[in-house]
Amino acid sequence: MLEFSLDAYRGSFHLQVECRFASDWTVIFGPSGAGKSTLLRLLAGLDRPIRGRIALEGRALTETAIGVHLPPGHRQTSLVSQQPALFPHLSVAANVAYGLRSPKYAGMDRAARTHRVEEMLDLVGATDLASRRPQNLSGGQAQRVALARALAPGPHLLLLDEPFSALDGIASDALLVRLQHWLRENHVQAVVATHDATDALATSAEVLLLGDGRLTALGPAAHVLASERARLLGRLQTPQG
Amino acid sequence: MSAMDWQAFALSLRLATVTTAILLAIAVPLAALIVLGRGRWLAAVEALATLPMVLPPTVLGFFLLVLLGPRTAFGRGIAALLGHPLAFSFDGLVVGSVIYSLPFAVQPLVAGFASVDTALVDAARLLGAGPIRLVSSILVPLARRSLLAAVVLSFLHTVGEFGVVLMLGGDIPGATRTLSIVLYNQVENFDYAAADRTAAILLGLSVFALAIIYSISHKRGVLRGGRDA
Repeated sequence: MLEFSLDAYRGSFHLQVECRFASDWTVIFGPSGAGKSTLLRLLAGLDRPIRGRIALEGRALTETAIGVHLPPGHRQTSLVSQQPALFPHLSVAANVAYGLRSPKYAGMDRAARTHRVEEMLDLVGATDLASRRPQNLSGGQAQRVALARALAPGPHLLLLDEPFSALDGIASDALLVRLQHWLRENHVQAVVATHDATDALATSAEVLLLGDGRLTALGPAAHVLASERARLLGRLQTPQG
Repeated sequence: MSAMDWQAFALSLRLATVTTAILLAIAVPLAALIVLGRGRWLAAVEALATLPMVLPPTVLGFFLLVLLGPRTAFGRGIAALLGHPLAFSFDGLVVGSVIYSLPFAVQPLVAGFASVDTALVDAARLLGAGPIRLVSSILVPLARRSLLAAVVLSFLHTVGEFGVVLMLGGDIPGATRTLSIVLYNQVENFDYAAADRTAAILLGLSVFALAIIYSISHKRGVLRGGRDA
């Protein structure tokens, strides 16, 4: 379970939100500029709040009152952003293996590492890309590899910031199904930021509605996004001239 | 070229090589600290690292001469530790050269590291990279051109330095007499034929070093295929 209470600034933007995610798949929904990416960066430990606490499975990752802030990479948390940020000088396989070369995996031998990389590339449907360089990948392929790289170290919390924006609808849906199955099997909690209501409605997730840095609603997608759902259905039913 | 010239030539090369190696060991972590660190004190660190660039070499040489000489406790302490004073020795020249050429190593690296996409730095940190791994596996490979520039500038700047060398090292054959000092002596003695030769050696050395380094970089694709992110 992920719980947090945060008061943070990013430039002049003020985020103030308190929440508890009990579901294993939570969607943060809101328009651009609502604070979704800021919230994910705080959860990942890339930024620090002025005041607040973040706890995963009861363990404090950030707690300003007692000066606790575990650095990124020590929070068992992975983040996949819209921009894949693959290391351009490394092959796809080396990118995925990067997180397996940290001191935490010092005992992992080469064969186990290679197996893990293959397993992750298989999960995201990118096995045939292993030897390629990021410069030679399409946007969708790069996003798949970024996802494989984030999953390889075995996080307990996976943060996804519009990670499938470069994938077409069918590919995105297929990957989503495989990913959700894998996350459930491996007991990984996921938090997905999106401004696309269909993403949230399709996964029947718990939804946090964020607006201008504040929590405006939290609950089942069908309930929280009822108006969005009606709007989308209305658009589909409108005859095209 | 006379035996004396060869001696000065070899000394200049040795000084430039040792200085460049030490500078890289200092400049890479220092530049990474300036780029990745947080806090206002980093501006002071960067200013200090840049100071030798604007300080006249003779002034820097004089300061170092006083600091490393027997007039200060620091200089006396170093002399007691090494068994000889640093001033007027090859080791002293290395210290002076490292300080004098520090900005020429740090500045290109700061520019190169700063140009690496912060999203890549964030991604490496999220994957558990500590500062050393972040620098060695992400910043340095992606700022190869800047590293190359730092090496070339440090080496050639040291080969050609004069003011600091003369102030701090004097003119001791085999210990502190570099090619620049030889050239100065030749001009002072109106031996322009010899000065022409020495100047040509310095020019040739610079061109040769640049040609070697750039040919390596072209072969490895540092300039064509590489990028500073």
